[in-house]
Amino acid sequence: MRVFEAIRLALQTLRTQKLKSGFSLLGVFIGVASLIGAWSIVNGVNRYMTEKFAQTLFGVNTFQLRRRPMFTPNVPDSVWRAWARRPRIRFSDAEAVGAALTMPVITAWQSSENVSVFFGGKEARDIELTTASERYFDIKNLRLALGRAFTAQENRSGAPVAVLGAAVAKRLFVNRAPLEHSVRIGGIGYRVIGVVEEQGSILGFPLDRFVVVPALSPAQNLVNPPGILDAFLVKAQTEPDMRLAMDAAEGVMRSRRHLRPRQDDNFALDTSEGVQRFWAGISRILVVVLPGVVLISLVIGGIVIMNIMLMSVAERTREIGLRKSLGARRRDVLGQFLAESVAIATVGAAFGIVAGIGLTFLINAVSPLPASVSPVSVVLGVVMGAGVGVVAGVYPASRAARLDPIAALRQE
Amino acid sequence: MSELQPFRTGDTPLPEIVILTHKLTREYDMGGEVVRALRGVSLQIKQNEYVAVMGPSGSGKSTLMNLIGCLDTPSAGEYWLNGQQVSDLNDDQLARIRNKEIGFVFQTFNLLPRATALHNVELPLIYAGVGARERRAQAARALESVGLGDRMAHRPNELSGGQRQRVAIARALVNRPSILLADEPTGNLDSATSAEIMQVFRDLHAQGQTIVMVTHEHDIAIHAARVVTLRDGVIASDQRQAA
Repeated sequence: MRVFEAIRLALQTLRTQKLKSGFSLLGVFIGVASLIGAWSIVNGVNRYMTEKFAQTLFGVNTFQLRRRPMFTPNVPDSVWRAWARRPRIRFSDAEAVGAALTMPVITAWQSSENVSVFFGGKEARDIELTTASERYFDIKNLRLALGRAFTAQENRSGAPVAVLGAAVAKRLFVNRAPLEHSVRIGGIGYRVIGVVEEQGSILGFPLDRFVVVPALSPAQNLVNPPGILDAFLVKAQTEPDMRLAMDAAEGVMRSRRHLRPRQDDNFALDTSEGVQRFWAGISRILVVVLPGVVLISLVIGGIVIMNIMLMSVAERTREIGLRKSLGARRRDVLGQFLAESVAIATVGAAFGIVAGIGLTFLINAVSPLPASVSPVSVVLGVVMGAGVGVVAGVYPASRAARLDPIAALRQE
Repeated sequence: MSELQPFRTGDTPLPEIVILTHKLTREYDMGGEVVRALRGVSLQIKQNEYVAVMGPSGSGKSTLMNLIGCLDTPSAGEYWLNGQQVSDLNDDQLARIRNKEIGFVFQTFNLLPRATALHNVELPLIYAGVGARERRAQAARALESVGLGDRMAHRPNELSGGQRQRVAIARALVNRPSILLADEPTGNLDSATSAEIMQVFRDLHAQGQTIVMVTHEHDIAIHAARVVTLRDGVIASDQRQAA
């Protein structure tokens, strides 16, 4: 009997025994659906991390000179305390590092603190106030939807001008045009000169709740002690240039801090790689846990299918006897039942794939997690589904194939 | 049986002999106790014979039927089917013989309940490896030959008992087997329908089909040209009768 015949027969049996087949493919269905769903989340967040977060938000070929690294999973308390004792980055540090960079780079100062911003009778709470120099917008890829960014001139003179994040503009001005109005930050009025395009959110954190003002404007007292900044941002044109700039910055900082050759840096040079390492740590955990969950559901699915197939062989003993009397060889009967079990598992896997893709869209729609279906997971789902079918079907099918036709025909 | 030469071990059957058994023995081990169902049955059946095998229950007629049908292998003795010794073939080889040489008709019809009449008749052709289109055409011809050309798409539960048995006969004949082997073919039918099925058998016999029929009913056995009676695992009588 040809393979095609076996498959046709198997699908026919599935059609005529819908309810039983439905139950039996549940296990594989859940296994494959969870495989694809979970994989989609990891895949989606991965892509988000590498493409959007690391590159757009942090900036390509960009590093930050800071007191301590930004994204740090599992840091022991002792390290954390050592970081807290480090000296902070001073304006003079930033100027010295900036002057030492000979390759073409753009640089910016940055400090941030959460504040409230007022306009008229309205208050926007929990807004990230960033005091920065004028190239900050270029490094962070912040494009303006309205108005303009502040100039180098305005930055140096500490002009009270502000660029709003989209959410802040919406909250304070609702339907009015925000430009040229004055918002109050720390009791001082700032003229709104621009609004940044909407940035959306990342992992549930809104990215539009910020205000950027010149680094030397009066608000600098709200974010840091005098002469101190959180980070000095450097964006190079190429990756090797960035490495050279990091080396130069390290040299300048070590000599300014009078560090001996054996002493460690007491400052951090953060790149988007740091962020990606942080994420890689999390995704490694998922990669370990995920196969466990999938494996358990597939094993259960296999056991269910094996059970159903054994029942099916018992119920159809007479049919098997008849088929043998009509000339079915062992391998024909084996093939028939194996095909049936593979068909059940594959149909379960197919439904699982559809459900997994549906789940992915659902996650995208209702949760902040970005998810995207990985083609590899779909292929893997089909292969594993069919594999479960084969493994679960071998024993029942070989029992059917070994039945004695006389005894089988005699059975009522 | 005077016109046939006695068969000796080491001989080959004459070409016109379809079925030849020589000292056929079948023993079963029933929980340590050996049951001797057949104790040396020697039988020769020529082409286009119509033979009824009779005997009370326990006489060994079912065992003989299973052996002739290649569903079982003998404990000792020889069985030649169409010039080929089949007594020592393996499982898959026997399956092939059943498929090509033997057409079974059962007391309980043994049709697949969820399949149409046409698909039921197609089954032996599937295992013979015939292509789908050719298979359908042959199955349809076989159904027409038993007068069920208009019932091909019906399932067994939509057919009468007689019609079901005729589907089974069509299935038995679709591979053009050397012998039609019928086990109590009228056991589940009323007398009118039984007569109808016996007429089908008579027609097949007239067309040249070799038929072996196991029955315990005398008024069915009278349709056959030759009656072999078994008792206690041996042939008690072997008689020709006027049709």
